[in-house]
Amino acid sequence: MLTLGNTNLAANDICAIVLIVGGLFFFFTSTVGLLRFPDLYSRMHATGKGDTLAVLLIISGAIVHHGLNLNSAKLTLIALFVFIANPTATHAIGRAAYRCGIKPWRRKPEPSNSGEPKK
Amino acid sequence: MLTKIYENLIVQTVCRIMVPFIQVYALYVIAHGHYSPGGGFQGGVILTASLALLFLAYGQGAVISRMGRRITIVLCGLGVFIYAGIGLLCLLLGGNFLDYAQLAPILGVSIPRARSLGILGVEIGVGLTVMSAMYSIILDIAGSPPAE
Repeated sequence: MLTLGNTNLAANDICAIVLIVGGLFFFFTSTVGLLRFPDLYSRMHATGKGDTLAVLLIISGAIVHHGLNLNSAKLTLIALFVFIANPTATHAIGRAAYRCGIKPWRRKPEPSNSGEPKK
Repeated sequence: MLTKIYENLIVQTVCRIMVPFIQVYALYVIAHGHYSPGGGFQGGVILTASLALLFLAYGQGAVISRMGRRITIVLCGLGVFIYAGIGLLCLLLGGNFLDYAQLAPILGVSIPRARSLGILGVEIGVGLTVMSAMYSIILDIAGSPPAE
C-alpha cells in the first residue's frame, strides 16, 4: 500500500500504472520515429515494433487493473489479435514497397573538398 | 488487366488463421447488438471485411469461387425479405410495422422475450443485406468484370 497525496494505491494499481506509462513511452518513441526517420522502411521499423509492444503493455496494464474476469479475457484476445495482425501488416507493406522498387535511404556521400562552395 | 498476384506465404497463412475468428466476432456483434454497441450493420461490415481480407491475400478467383455474384444477389434479397417479412407479419397480426409484441402468441413466449427475438431476427436480416451489398460493391470496384 503506497500513499500518494490523499489516495492509497494498492499493488495492482502500481503495476497497472507502470505498465500503462511504459506503453505510452513506446507509443511516444514510435511516433517520434515515424516523424523523424528518413524513409519508409525505417519509419515502418519504428512503428511496427513500437506500436505492437505499446499495445501489449497498455492492454496488460488494463488487465492488471481489472483483475481476472470476462473483460480481461476479451482484452487478452485483442492483444493476441494485434500481435498476429500488426507484424503481418508491416510485413505486407514493406514487401509491397520493396516490389514497387522503393530504394532504401542512404546517407549522401561526403563531398571530397571540405569547405564552403565557391561563389 | 492487372492479373499478376504476388503470393505471400506469411500473409496467406495469417489470413487463413484469422478469417474464421473475424467471422465469429461478426456473428457475435450481430447477435449481441441489442445489449451492446453493434448490430446488423456493423456485424455485416465485419463479415465483408473478412471476405475483403481473403480477396487481398488470395486473389479474386479464390473468393468468387466460394461466394459468387449470383449468391450475393440472392442473399441481399433474402435479408430484405427477412426484415420486411418480420415487419409485415407484425402488421398482419394487428400491430404496427415491426411491433414485435404481436409475435408473442406465434413464438409461444412472453412479450419481452418476443421483442428480443424479433429484433434479433431483424438484425440477422440487416446483417445479411449489408454483408452482401458491401461485398458486391467490393466486387464491382476491385474485381474483373463478369464473364458474359
